[in-house]
Amino acid sequence: MNGFLTLLYKELLRFWKVGFQTVFAPMLSTLLYLLIFSHALEERVQAYPGVTYTVFLIPGLVIMAMLQNAFANSSSSLIQSTVSGNHIFMLLSPLSYQQIFTAYVLASVVRGLVVGLGIYVVTLGFFEIPLYSFAWIFAFALMGTALLAALGIIAGIWAEKFEQLAALQNFIVLPLTFLSGVFYTIPSLPPLWQGLSYLNPFFYMVDGFRYGFFRASDVSPYLSLGTLMACFLAVSWWTLRMLKTGYKIRK
Amino acid sequence: MTPAIEVRQVHKRFGTLHALKGIDLEIHTGEFFALLGPNGAGKTTLINIIAGLTLASSGSVRVKGHDVVAQYREARRMLGVVPQELVFDPFFTVRETLVFQSGYYGIKKNNSWIDEIIHHLDLADKADTNMRLLSGGMKRRVLVAQALVHKPPVIVLDEPTAGVDVELRQALWRFIKQLNRSGHTIVLTTHYLEEAEALCNRVAMLKNGSIVVLDSVRNLISNISGHRIRVRLSPDTLPAALQLLIIGHDQGYYVLAIEKYSQLENVMTALRATQTQILELQILQPDLEEVFVKIMHDTESLEPASV
Repeated sequence: MNGFLTLLYKELLRFWKVGFQTVFAPMLSTLLYLLIFSHALEERVQAYPGVTYTVFLIPGLVIMAMLQNAFANSSSSLIQSTVSGNHIFMLLSPLSYQQIFTAYVLASVVRGLVVGLGIYVVTLGFFEIPLYSFAWIFAFALMGTALLAALGIIAGIWAEKFEQLAALQNFIVLPLTFLSGVFYTIPSLPPLWQGLSYLNPFFYMVDGFRYGFFRASDVSPYLSLGTLMACFLAVSWWTLRMLKTGYKIRK
Repeated sequence: MTPAIEVRQVHKRFGTLHALKGIDLEIHTGEFFALLGPNGAGKTTLINIIAGLTLASSGSVRVKGHDVVAQYREARRMLGVVPQELVFDPFFTVRETLVFQSGYYGIKKNNSWIDEIIHHLDLADKADTNMRLLSGGMKRRVLVAQALVHKPPVIVLDEPTAGVDVELRQALWRFIKQLNRSGHTIVLTTHYLEEAEALCNRVAMLKNGSIVVLDSVRNLISNISGHRIRVRLSPDTLPAALQLLIIGHDQGYYVLAIEKYSQLENVMTALRATQTQILELQILQPDLEEVFVKIMHDTESLEPASV
């Protein structure tokens, strides 16, 4: 096994060993959202013609859970290592910074996909959800989780204390995901909020992901995917630079 | 032959603190080398720079000829480091920890070597125990094991015996000595000077970020510290010629300081001249601790106050 595969395997095992907390807990909370919102809003809201609110909600909730878990995975793994000091075993080894980056991103993508797939499979037992294009769905799942995983690496390295990481999660990641159009379509918003929503990268993840199910979206999926790729490249460049220069981790 | 470790003009600044002030050091292949110095002297900072855990502000370090920044992957393969802090990954067992560590170095099937390390460090009973459940001494053993999984030619141990019981200390040194005999270069830091004296060929003493002494243990003890003799005389008076040498007198024993063994001759002559009889004579062996205290004391006035 080469160094990269070892680190990837270790990162996968790390969340899988505590899967109850890292996979089943987020599945449960997402299904609770679904239960509550669909009960409260089913009769009142119709986002797309011919699509019930609950069915509209499901893809959004699925990708929201995937994004949050991808971010949580890389950030919490890194901060636990740096706070306890065991990250030095990785830093002492000949693993390159590109290998470290790729292993953390991939492991987080896998956790996001596992959580998302779990929620989707459970909801399939209760609702009929259209599926237009698996390729679009997968493309947005991959880009979204990879982007959040890379952001998670930055957050995990930057934060020196768990409170700082929790603050990032509660004041940035959570509001941006909630305000990304998971629960509503953007054209239903007042103009100011519509404009602001287009500045939120999470909007493009949700909108494009949903397109893969309904063949309907607020903006073109090509625009969404392009935006996400540009964001991913920029964030990856920044993350790789941090790892290369040893920002905070090789003082 | 390429030196095991080559440190050239290394400076390290943490904000306004000048932690390392131009360190130059060459550690030869096969040496058993000690870095000594009081807390805060810069030993761990220097080790971290050698290991690539800290970046030097200026200067360069090579491990087996590989620059630790430009050729970090080659340099790290050559080096095994036992950190001072008891760090561990709470998710995994002892064996998993060692298998992962091997994997980081790209070693696929390492089980026979892992078993051998586990055996030598007396970890066999705990191999499948989660790291969280181990005692401090056991965790220390795992740290040593982790540093050895890739059979590094150069092994650095940062205070490996701090807070470790006698039995493990002895077992550990037996194992490390065996590794040294089979060609591994060993560098250690320790506060137990008798360990350094018993094990090492050469020592460097650091103080306030500078190397104040770099020499073999034998030279240090014989050159710097001088010797002491303890005598009981009849009659119980020291000849005037020897009064200058006196450093202690109690319960009928005089303790005299001499620079070299050859000076013993002068002492004898003076005693004979005054017809003083020697009832008992002991030559006290100086040790590294004495050297250390003397050097740290002597360099006090030379050092500018640290910021």
